[in-house]
Amino acid sequence: MPVKTVFETKIDHVSILDENGNFDAKLGKGVIPDQDAVALFEHMLTCRHLDEVAFKLQRSGRMGTYPENRGQEATSLGAAYALDKKDWLVPCYRENAGLFWRGLPIEMVLLHWMGDERGNQIDNELCITPLAIPIGTQMLHATGLAWAAKYRQEKQIACTFFGDGATSEGDFHEAANFAANLDLPVIFFCQNNGWAISVPSKIQCSAPTVAQRGLAYGMDCVQVDGNDIFAVVKVTRDAAKLAREKKRPTFIEAVTYRLGDHTTADDARRYRDEKEVESWKKKDPILRLEKYLREKKLWTDKKHEAALAKARETVTAAVKRAEEIADPKIADFFNSMYAELPADLKRQRDTMCTHSLGLDPSQLEGTERQAVNSQH
Amino acid sequence: MANLTLVQAINLALIQEMEADDRVMLLGEDVGPNGGVFRVTDGLHARFGGDRVVDTPLAESGIIGTAIGLAMNGLRPVPEIQFEGFLGPAYDQITTHAARMRTRTRGAFTVPMVVRVPIGGGIHAPELHSDSPEAIYAHHPGLKVVMPASPYDAKGLLISAIRDPDPVMYFEPKRIYRAFREEVPEDEYTIPIGEARVVSEGEELTIVTWGAPVVQCMKAIENSEKSIELIDLRTIYPVDIDAIEESVKKTGRCVIVHEAPKTCGFGAEIATSIMERCFLHLEAPVQRVTGFDTVMPYYKLELEYLPETERISRAIEEVAAY
Repeated sequence: MPVKTVFETKIDHVSILDENGNFDAKLGKGVIPDQDAVALFEHMLTCRHLDEVAFKLQRSGRMGTYPENRGQEATSLGAAYALDKKDWLVPCYRENAGLFWRGLPIEMVLLHWMGDERGNQIDNELCITPLAIPIGTQMLHATGLAWAAKYRQEKQIACTFFGDGATSEGDFHEAANFAANLDLPVIFFCQNNGWAISVPSKIQCSAPTVAQRGLAYGMDCVQVDGNDIFAVVKVTRDAAKLAREKKRPTFIEAVTYRLGDHTTADDARRYRDEKEVESWKKKDPILRLEKYLREKKLWTDKKHEAALAKARETVTAAVKRAEEIADPKIADFFNSMYAELPADLKRQRDTMCTHSLGLDPSQLEGTERQAVNSQH
Repeated sequence: MANLTLVQAINLALIQEMEADDRVMLLGEDVGPNGGVFRVTDGLHARFGGDRVVDTPLAESGIIGTAIGLAMNGLRPVPEIQFEGFLGPAYDQITTHAARMRTRTRGAFTVPMVVRVPIGGGIHAPELHSDSPEAIYAHHPGLKVVMPASPYDAKGLLISAIRDPDPVMYFEPKRIYRAFREEVPEDEYTIPIGEARVVSEGEELTIVTWGAPVVQCMKAIENSEKSIELIDLRTIYPVDIDAIEESVKKTGRCVIVHEAPKTCGFGAEIATSIMERCFLHLEAPVQRVTGFDTVMPYYKLELEYLPETERISRAIEEVAAY
């Protein structure tokens, strides 16, 4: 029997606005109206400013570890812009721009990194799941969220974000396999930012593209310039259409770059070449969009100054709200463990400041004990 | 009333909850047309269709991870993990997400799902089909852990678990899946999670156990001349410590029986709680009859490992004579 090819494929790379400001008018036609392009740009400025402020908050001891988003603003923002308000955004932790665009208050993310669970207490109407810390695990939740929507015959879809490193995790492969084989409306949005902390993406994936990982599961795959918000919006829109209408998943590999350290606890100078960082600074999504807006006469120095002032105002107000929120009550870490607290857990809560754990207060009747903190 | 095995009682509870609530759906490996490897979901695929009884890809983390998403988006999924030995890949999703979701979001998101898992030894099964990991899950705040030991309890506890707003690990002792039948009401009823059952009353010694060893304990009690109270926990977490306290304060002596290894087994937790609550009432040290701190042997020796009647009887005599 002769050898015959049973499967052939290719991966497209989509780019509309390149780093020199060249715009593909045909591909980019109608992708983002001017007015929205301005709003998206202003939003990116705010997110960038938040990173600067958050970094200082951490360094001055006002906030715990924080992961900078710098350089990756166009990815989650483009995706969130392209999706419907009722579509799930299922992030890891470097998707500030998209989450804020959807409507997540900035102080929620600050609270999370300030060590306060109320930062995850997200209004369900926003259709945003809390930041996922264990890498890759949230992709399965996105798959389940999308599955529930399909089960109820709703139009809702789910878009989950993760890094190149996360595609090494088993949960990515299980999620992709479930989504493809059960026909679930999920977008797997990979932010390939080159690094998983200190490990370069080639250690995660030796294939020419990360996008082709989705091929093995029989889903559509595309690579996009992740610093080109027009291209990101276009590919996400296409993926959303496929998900909504055909219940098919798509794998999007957005090629971008983490300009900052992994988190404030990291020092990327230990493992990567400054020249690499410098070369990516030229591809910054914000510079690129600014170039586009200025060429279209949609942006001026005056507007820029005004936008920066607005960004400072927005971020300052969010920091103020995050810092001024009353401290959580000690009992809070008990109270939401279950819908109804088991008796022993209630006992632990009610006696945590006055008794040893094992002793039932009823055994100690008559002994005088002063609660050191009785706020329940 | 029908005379049902434990398997049939679970099957009936699933049917009734699925009929009562469109949000209830099943997913897992072989749960569809095959009806599960133990036939627990027999007939459900034909009855409710492939959208509600779903054969998934063979991936335990995938089953639990997607069930979490299903639950977060308004459904009441009942995922099945085929054997307790295959919980490993799902452990991460269960403990880092399902168990924590409510509290880490301060109640904004919840995961109302029931993870059904056949558990325990005694059926001459292959390697990794006979373990008892219930204490591992009881150790994770945010979960509830249930293990019925009778058809009647299996139905009532499963209905409670499905209606529970929090994630429940529902362990099914496979050794007694078909070991005996019991009258089970046709109508739906619930048994509260967190309430133990006094299987037999007694005055001289208390046995605390759960799951399949309930049967071995009943035999040991039959063989003994002592007046022995048998408590079947039914729920491992939250444990009904009040029921144990009441019994041990009456009898002053206690033997704890479980299949899992001794060290850090749930018996250790119970023994400590008894010391905290019944110290001045104890006539003898609390004793444990458990699996050994070894790997569960292949089935030729599994009855040597498990807490069989003879070992339980020996402990009864030792504690009674102390």
